[in-house]
Amino acid sequence: MPDIRDALLVARDSEGRLIRRPLSPHLQIYRPQITTVLSIFHRLTGIALSVGTLLFVWWLVAAATGPEAYARAQGFIGSPIGWLLLFGWTLALFYHLFAGMRHLAWDAGYGFQKHEYLRSGQAVVIATVVCTLLAWIVGLALR
Amino acid sequence: MSETGKASSSRGVEVAVMRSQLGRVRGLGAAKSGVHHWWGERVTGVALVPLSLWFVFAIIRLLGAPHAAVLDWMASPVTIVLMLCLVVATFHHMHLGLQVVVEDYVHTESLRFLLLLSIRGLTAVLALLAVVSVLRLGL
Repeated sequence: MPDIRDALLVARDSEGRLIRRPLSPHLQIYRPQITTVLSIFHRLTGIALSVGTLLFVWWLVAAATGPEAYARAQGFIGSPIGWLLLFGWTLALFYHLFAGMRHLAWDAGYGFQKHEYLRSGQAVVIATVVCTLLAWIVGLALR
Repeated sequence: MSETGKASSSRGVEVAVMRSQLGRVRGLGAAKSGVHHWWGERVTGVALVPLSLWFVFAIIRLLGAPHAAVLDWMASPVTIVLMLCLVVATFHHMHLGLQVVVEDYVHTESLRFLLLLSIRGLTAVLALLAVVSVLRLGL
């Protein structure tokens, strides 16, 4: 036994024989629930945002390089693909932001009751959609 | 459980444990750390709440703006400082987050090492590119 946690996995079956306790079933056995789905999305949006930083750095470097490089980057961002990426980026950002704040509340010890984490999960989804749309409406109106 | 490093159940099953009880309580394995990573992720996360909200609104206003508008925006020391905070917090947070993803899902030792090293290098280079660009635009 390399670790005491392994000792905790030792048990006896109904015949009295020593066995290792079974591990929890694999992911695909479980019905998707708001808790698990939102958790996976938190990770997925984190990875997506990481990829999105490439666009962010490209834009910054281009702006610092000069007007021509900036125009090239701006040309891509202004294209339909660019707009789509940008919209996806704001959606992922707001999701990761609100889900992250939910995680911070849990870290502080709040929101573990069943009705609380169900409601906070729904709140994260609603806040994401509302804030994404609001950011674009306000942003486009201010242009 | 006894102090001698043995775990036993009420039915008398006894298993040798290669770890002292003190080591278990202290919770520091061979890495000698763990809480540091956890706190780093949280502290940068808290910082990124206001910073990323500020950035989203700033960037949407700059959509399709000419080069001069970006220079104008970056001329303010407040913008420079907030951008630098955003860049540092973002890439630190990103490094810690991606590191956990790799540690969770990549089990081949060589590939895991390569990916962790790449993530460390890439996030550092991206952060430096962003910092230098911000300084060059604003100063």
